[in-house]
Amino acid sequence: MAGDIWVLAEHWRGRLSDLTLELLVLGRELAGGLGVPLRAVLLGHGAKDLAKGLGAADGVLAVDDPSLAEPNPEPCSRALEALLAARAPRALLVPWSNTSADVLGLVAARSKVPLANFCRDVRVSGTDLEARCVLYGGKMEVTVTVPGPTAVLGILPGSRASSGAKVDRAPAVEDVAAALPAELPVRFEAYVEPAAGDVDITQQEVLVAVGRGIQTQDNIELAEELAGALGGAVGASRPVIDQGWLPLTRQVGKSGATVKPKVYLAAGISGAPEHVEGMKNADLIIAINTDPQAPIFGVAHYGIVGDALDLLPALTEAVKAKKG
Amino acid sequence: MKMVPDIVEELEVAADGKSLDLEAARPIVSESDDHALEQALLLKDRLGATVVAMGLESPDIDDVLFTAVAKGADRAVKVTGVEPPVPTSEVAALLAAVIPAVPDLMPVDLVLTGCQAIDDLDGMVAPFLAERLHIPYVGVVTGAEIKAGEARATVLKEYAGGVRARYVVALPAALGVQAAEKPPRYVPVAKVRATMKAAKIETVDAPERDAPSPLAVVRMTKPEAAGHAEMLEGGPDAVAAKVVELLTARGLL
Amino acid sequence: MAIATTDLAGAPGELTLDNLLGTPEGRELLSCIQCGTCAGTCPYGEVMDYPPRRLIGLLREGMLEEVLASESLLNCVTCYACMAKCPRGLHLTDVLLPLVKEQVFVRLPEVPAELQKALANTLRYGNPMGESARKRAAWMATAGVPVRVLGQDPAPVDVLWFVECYTAYHPRGQDNCRATAKLFHVLGTDFAILGNEEKCAGECGRLVGETGLFDALADANLKLFGKYTFNRVVTSGAHAYDAFRHQYPARGFTHPVEHTTPYFARHLEALKPRLTKKLGCTVTYHDACVLGRHNGFYEEPRRLLQAIPGVKLVEMAHNRINSMCCGGGGGGMWLDTYYKAKGYERLADRRVREAVATGADVLAVSCPYEVSRFEDSLKVLGFEKKMVVRDVVELLAEAVEA
Repeated sequence: MAGDIWVLAEHWRGRLSDLTLELLVLGRELAGGLGVPLRAVLLGHGAKDLAKGLGAADGVLAVDDPSLAEPNPEPCSRALEALLAARAPRALLVPWSNTSADVLGLVAARSKVPLANFCRDVRVSGTDLEARCVLYGGKMEVTVTVPGPTAVLGILPGSRASSGAKVDRAPAVEDVAAALPAELPVRFEAYVEPAAGDVDITQQEVLVAVGRGIQTQDNIELAEELAGALGGAVGASRPVIDQGWLPLTRQVGKSGATVKPKVYLAAGISGAPEHVEGMKNADLIIAINTDPQAPIFGVAHYGIVGDALDLLPALTEAVKAKKG
Repeated sequence: MKMVPDIVEELEVAADGKSLDLEAARPIVSESDDHALEQALLLKDRLGATVVAMGLESPDIDDVLFTAVAKGADRAVKVTGVEPPVPTSEVAALLAAVIPAVPDLMPVDLVLTGCQAIDDLDGMVAPFLAERLHIPYVGVVTGAEIKAGEARATVLKEYAGGVRARYVVALPAALGVQAAEKPPRYVPVAKVRATMKAAKIETVDAPERDAPSPLAVVRMTKPEAAGHAEMLEGGPDAVAAKVVELLTARGLL
Repeated sequence: MAIATTDLAGAPGELTLDNLLGTPEGRELLSCIQCGTCAGTCPYGEVMDYPPRRLIGLLREGMLEEVLASESLLNCVTCYACMAKCPRGLHLTDVLLPLVKEQVFVRLPEVPAELQKALANTLRYGNPMGESARKRAAWMATAGVPVRVLGQDPAPVDVLWFVECYTAYHPRGQDNCRATAKLFHVLGTDFAILGNEEKCAGECGRLVGETGLFDALADANLKLFGKYTFNRVVTSGAHAYDAFRHQYPARGFTHPVEHTTPYFARHLEALKPRLTKKLGCTVTYHDACVLGRHNGFYEEPRRLLQAIPGVKLVEMAHNRINSMCCGGGGGGMWLDTYYKAKGYERLADRRVREAVATGADVLAVSCPYEVSRFEDSLKVLGFEKKMVVRDVVELLAEAVEA
């Protein structure tokens, strides 16, 4: 009811996203601090099964409509707008991801409620909500009070551990009518899969990832050699993919894959949130960057201030020597 | 097109402890806005559309608008009477108020801007503008196609793992561009300089600023790294040896 | 054989392809005897669709359009070989080629990504690497000797040392900086740098066809020069030297300018007594295109090298006027990916093979681009244990004991 904490349950191709679970853990803290229930909002078509995974919430508001079968910002934001108007929760936590990015902006705009974006953490401060948000590609943090009665917050990956939401409890599910128009101005047509036949970086035990610091397409060979010597593959951050130097399937991060290899070597990657989100859970993260202040050193286990172009060949040689 | 602080430079907190030191910061056009312009120009190349580039008055915006015209935009419009900093929610509100007042502009078929900027704390221009103009919106767009004479666009939206999805959007619509189909084109400096002499940037006055950001800033700080990497010192060979040790210790070599 | 000099009258921008034939240099072009020596000596001759011979032939017939619509002139690394060998001494690399390349550049449907980035970065940050201008003088912290920055201490100075981009920002360039500062200190030179105010001289941008960028940079640098009082400019950048020596005078720059190599050669008598450490190596010297073929400084670097104790000098097969370009000029520094995609051999690889064949331990250079280009080639060709690359100033500084 009014004043609740809500989490938008994001699902992709039949599975709840890990980010949704992180938001439930965060949401539970906020709900507890304000003494209100935590609810998950599940928008979809024939996706009620997914409610089973939302046991960390006190209840699930399920909206079912054919237009919600595939991700689509138009019906999603309309449905949320109606829900917000009817129930006035204190906060709607939205996962900050490609899947939910446009919904985040649209629902705040359409509901005419405040939006706090890039939230790394949110806490209850008296009866207020205080959010710590990341700006300027990770270079600054700003703490803001998020006013009521209702607000939308975009939550970055990594605010909480998703394991805290993996509970064995089936939540109460309330079906809510969609009231969506039959004709929508945005219609989903089809998925466009990436080119098949390339390496699946999510299955690799060793990833050598390159960023802007690799400087030219030629130099990617240096990473390939090291990856080869270690029995792994080459991944990349967005700028390298955008240049067309590696296929889309190699992208690590928000628009790419989330990877959890045994070793992740980040060469010439600054560590912007969009990238870090995709690799922060790797077992061993070693970062190479010429800038000692690069944000990547905040997430890496080991760091080297230096030029990837010098270090990659040195590493390859040392690895080859060790292997004999 | 929106200006944001260039993160190539070091950023500092201002004396008030709540905002960015604007003296130290250097403005640059938001990267995805540059892509939005490129996508617009690609549509112009293919369809012969008219492209209007717009921005709020701020340092270096003239450069950006003239460059847009030099690249092929047909008109450049600057909203004057606004002192930065302007929070994103206000940028959208001001643009929405001003756009109908720009002579010979509305109706437009497409409004394109970057889907998100690095300073989008309290809003995003694209969806906020879409709502005010009562047009549909799709974000994270990486491609757009329009067939002449049809009141709809087919857009590509990017998801995770390299997967994209195709949507059909009724026009007029707003698109939040993540990346254009091609990287932003180059325009020779001489052409930009010539454009600065020959072209004019139209101006429209901003209305009263009556929609301040709803968020109250408590403080701004440089982030403390939650943890920090253990730094390995030495030249490339020494460091390489240490890394090999690390990998061996974990049974990876 | 005449080697054309380039002291052209006329204001910048006055000379165009349209009015070229109305000028003395242009009319000279008409006297081309179509011998093809230019094409034969071009390092990328095998992929150069329009060597100067063909350009002049087409120019004479008013049929240049096909050249301007082609990308082929991107293969020209402005090494001055054609101009140096032309039996007529025609103004090729200094007059004809830049005008043609400018028009080619403006018509390119897509500028290769790496080159585009370098040019955009140079315009915005004053250096092609895209590093903050505020970090341009960061190398001073490790210079080891005091370095005066004119912005902080604007008193008149003898030498304005124009450091240049690769020297200031690239780690190997910074080795050069430290060595140069040390040598100035040893000589007791009264010198100062522009520090963070300095911007790229933009010569390579000009020679790839971005003349507008060059103009913008020249305006900025000339304004900067106008703020301070100095007797001469000494620069570590070979291409910067070319810009100041040949392009800036027509824009009102009247100070004498030298590149560091000839400058130190001129002061060799004073430097010699301090060159006490025996280096014990065999050195082969690569003649930089700009310093050698374009400006005639062949013997100065050799005199410096021979003055270093324990240095044995050997020559590569192609030396002095025949030197083989490293491929960094005319935009080549940022076209490696483009050339590779087209399957061209890397010019620096060719040169390094020749250097290694001399049996020398050290490949000595005097242009900042050459260091990274040749070091890359040594790695790629597997020779990095056989030979190292050192700038002449690095070797000199090494020979100076504390």
